[in-house]
Amino acid sequence: MSTFVQQLINGISLGAIYSLIALGYTMVYGVLKLINFAHGDVYMVGAFMGFYLANGLGARGAQMLGLSGDGLVARGLLGGGAMQPSLITALVVMLLAMAICAAIGVIIERLAYRPVRKYSRLTALITAIGVSLLLENGGQVVFGAEPKFFPELFTKRNINLFEGASINSADVVVLVIALVLMIALQLIVYRTKTGRAMRAVSFNLQSAKLMGINTDRIIAFTFALGSALAAAAGVLVAIRIPRIDPLMGIIVGLKAFIAAVLGGIGNIPGAVLGGLLIGITETMVVGYLSATYKDAVAFGILILILLFRPSGLLGTVAQEKV
Amino acid sequence: MPRYLRNLIIALIVIAVLIGLDFVFQGRMLNPYFVRVLMLSGIAITLAVSLNLINGFTGQFSIGHAGFMAVGAYSSAYFSVNYGMNLANALGGGKVGWVIALTLATLIGAFFAGLAGLVVGVPSLRLRGDYLAIVTLGFGQIIVVFLNNIDAIGGARGYSGIPIVKSFFWIFLVAILTIVIVYNIVNSAFGRALISIRDDELAAEAMGVNTTRYKVMAFVISSAMAGAGGVLLAHFDGYLNPKSFEFIKSFEILIMIILGGLGSIVGSVLGAIVLTVLPEALRGFAEYRMVIYSLLLIILMIVRPQGLLGSAAPLKAWRKRAKRLAESAGGGPAAAPTNPSTVATQPERPAPGGENLQ
Repeated sequence: MSTFVQQLINGISLGAIYSLIALGYTMVYGVLKLINFAHGDVYMVGAFMGFYLANGLGARGAQMLGLSGDGLVARGLLGGGAMQPSLITALVVMLLAMAICAAIGVIIERLAYRPVRKYSRLTALITAIGVSLLLENGGQVVFGAEPKFFPELFTKRNINLFEGASINSADVVVLVIALVLMIALQLIVYRTKTGRAMRAVSFNLQSAKLMGINTDRIIAFTFALGSALAAAAGVLVAIRIPRIDPLMGIIVGLKAFIAAVLGGIGNIPGAVLGGLLIGITETMVVGYLSATYKDAVAFGILILILLFRPSGLLGTVAQEKV
Repeated sequence: MPRYLRNLIIALIVIAVLIGLDFVFQGRMLNPYFVRVLMLSGIAITLAVSLNLINGFTGQFSIGHAGFMAVGAYSSAYFSVNYGMNLANALGGGKVGWVIALTLATLIGAFFAGLAGLVVGVPSLRLRGDYLAIVTLGFGQIIVVFLNNIDAIGGARGYSGIPIVKSFFWIFLVAILTIVIVYNIVNSAFGRALISIRDDELAAEAMGVNTTRYKVMAFVISSAMAGAGGVLLAHFDGYLNPKSFEFIKSFEILIMIILGGLGSIVGSVLGAIVLTVLPEALRGFAEYRMVIYSLLLIILMIVRPQGLLGSAAPLKAWRKRAKRLAESAGGGPAAAPTNPSTVATQPERPAPGGENLQ
């Protein structure tokens, strides 16, 4: 029982991260019908941005913004960027990484995807693969191919829930931040004018254009939003498991994509549901069966879901008209 | 002169030329490095041309080619290590014995890869477009996971001790056979069915083409040929590692056919050669190599999406489909009047409200 609860907690924490990335896939697919292969790599870039921010700016950045947390006092300024672990630092690092990645997402869209939008979807898909390879290999050149170790942004401790099961403070932070971000996204998409425009574009791009929506700007905004969420996921993952490398986005990206398909691609609650399901299944398989086949699990789920319910759990089937 | 006689003569000439070249290359007259790159190009040609059958001519976007290649490579390697070498020795250990053992190994590799293609193809080819891409990608990953965990074939350490056969003759015979097979398929009634599926799947179905059946057949043939390519690779270095079949390898083959042009055999051959030689030429900038590749790919897509020698047809079909999807996704009154007839492509699950569109 306690093992089960423990695995469930781990699974939800991992699943929340998959969900954040899956949201980016699902939103971009919603507006452009494009599988943004590069999304997983934006998540990787997010983790690295977090790494450099935490090491270089971390403490000072927080100081400059006039924030102070427990432990974040004078040493942040005097210590030449030596970082003081605190929750505020973690938050600042994450927000900055999100901002940088949002910009990167917009740049990718502007330079690579927009020029091929007039061609077929296949061309766009291949371009996405190209961008993905560029980020992975460019990342190896710029960041170095060897893994890096993410500094501890705040002191982690285990909180005992009941006999045998405990929750790490890192997992609590991951869950809370993920939840806040998802609620924020929900508000943006369903409660703002831009969000309404996004939904219109994903419903029908041509009609949205006719209604006077600046579709280019909405698409760019979608990329910014998705990339920011991916960056947040990158920093959160690095908080949980502090080992980052330029190829870390490949498998996680694929799993998050599977999560999006599982939930019904183009469907925002579906992406969250799919992410949680994939995360929980994966930790359960690792916990009860074997860790060796954990990467095969997600793909197995994908193949099953595509065979029996191609539109995903919460998706609707679009009919093709002649 | 009857046609079969002419073909037979051409075949004999080709084989004679290959054997002649084989002697030249075995005879240490040329730089062994050059010969190595040449042979790797031959393997790449097999892989690229076979992938083009499914991606370029049938219009199904598969990105798991390395998985089938791995099945072929590992199954034939297992055969060669456990039976092939004994067989060759039992037959005197001479040329004849090896020819028989290698022919068997190639057939076995192609057979198992084709079988894997059937297993993956039957369920997933009912899906379309990007879903197929993801399923094939996932399949490729699953294969790698299994290869990493099966001890009989070395697991993550890699599989060594495979008899090394660096034969120009063998590699290019398989490559030429692949080209001939794909060329003949494309120029047959079967091939026309495939091309009709690529150009408009719905119309093809309406014309009585059993699309799923044809797609699966093309997929199995393509996988089997990829398997044969894997056989060549397994015996080329005598060592296999699951890492070399990760999806980066699938992407590499994919880039070859995209560079050459989807739906162009000559393009695939060209792409295979260029992308095998280029990394060797760029060896000095090894770490920038993939960066240059990926930039090249993006720029190519922006400037010339149909590839160097490709036609625009495979891409047009995708655009048409996208348009249809966009219209049906809209589903509302804007789309309905202009599209009076609705064909349910997934009849097992009609969309809610699908009725009133008709």
